Amino acid sequence: MITVYHYLILSAIIFSIGTFGVLTRKNAIVIFMCIELMLNSVNLTFIALSRHLQNMDGQIFVFFIMTVAAAEAAVGLALMIAFYRNRESIDSDDFNMLKW
Amino acid sequence: MLSILFYLFATVAVFSAFYVTKSRSPVNSALWLVTTFICLAALYIMLDAPFMAAIQIMVYAGAIMVLIIFVIMLLNLGTAVKKRYTHALVWGGAMSVLMLFVTNFLIRRGVPTGKLGDVTTQTIQSYGHTELIGKAMFTDFLLPFEIASILLLVAIVGAVILSKREV
Repeated sequence: MITVYHYLILSAIIFSIGTFGVLTRKNAIVIFMCIELMLNSVNLTFIALSRHLQNMDGQIFVFFIMTVAAAEAAVGLALMIAFYRNRESIDSDDFNMLKW
Repeated sequence: MLSILFYLFATVAVFSAFYVTKSRSPVNSALWLVTTFICLAALYIMLDAPFMAAIQIMVYAGAIMVLIIFVIMLLNLGTAVKKRYTHALVWGGAMSVLMLFVTNFLIRRGVPTGKLGDVTTQTIQSYGHTELIGKAMFTDFLLPFEIASILLLVAIVGAVILSKREV
């Protein structure tokens, strides 16, 4: 029998893997993809709890998270293109123009 | 039957999520990420949310991943053959394992209870999931829906301005 705990723990595992990727990768686009992974695990939590509580509100929240993720993808990738035009690289180690 | 399907999709989702962080080439990471999204969509179907599964496939595995792969190929990011592609493996791994233990502890200790609503499996199957979503979105959540449209407009303008060569 699959309970809501199974879904919550699966979502926690995927979130931790996403955190691992954000902390350890250098390529900014892969970091971005790991952030998408974390957002998706939160979506899974929302839908599992929405089913568990027999309520529709969690799924509406998932809808808005997807909207924000789409906006974030557009703006974030535009930022990466602008950065690549200046520095010829998107390694996160090269993001040091504000350092002194 | 349902538990076999759950464990199958959960295992594939976790493995492909791990390979997103592991593979050296960004294009491989993107393809593993598509696999994760498809497994999550299958789990949404098992959670009686077929509309969310369709949206997941269309928006995430379709639109966002096409945008990411487009940018990877536009910037011509090949595989970094000799350079290191990771940093802080020990500390990052320790932090994520710590986070996994803490969340597991909290999930196992707490009990998710609350006021139950009226959307049961029978309701979803008789009304249809899309109708229930639409009813909730255009009555209770009308103002957030309009704000989301403004957010998308701002994101379009921001993306155009940021990627222009000269403003």
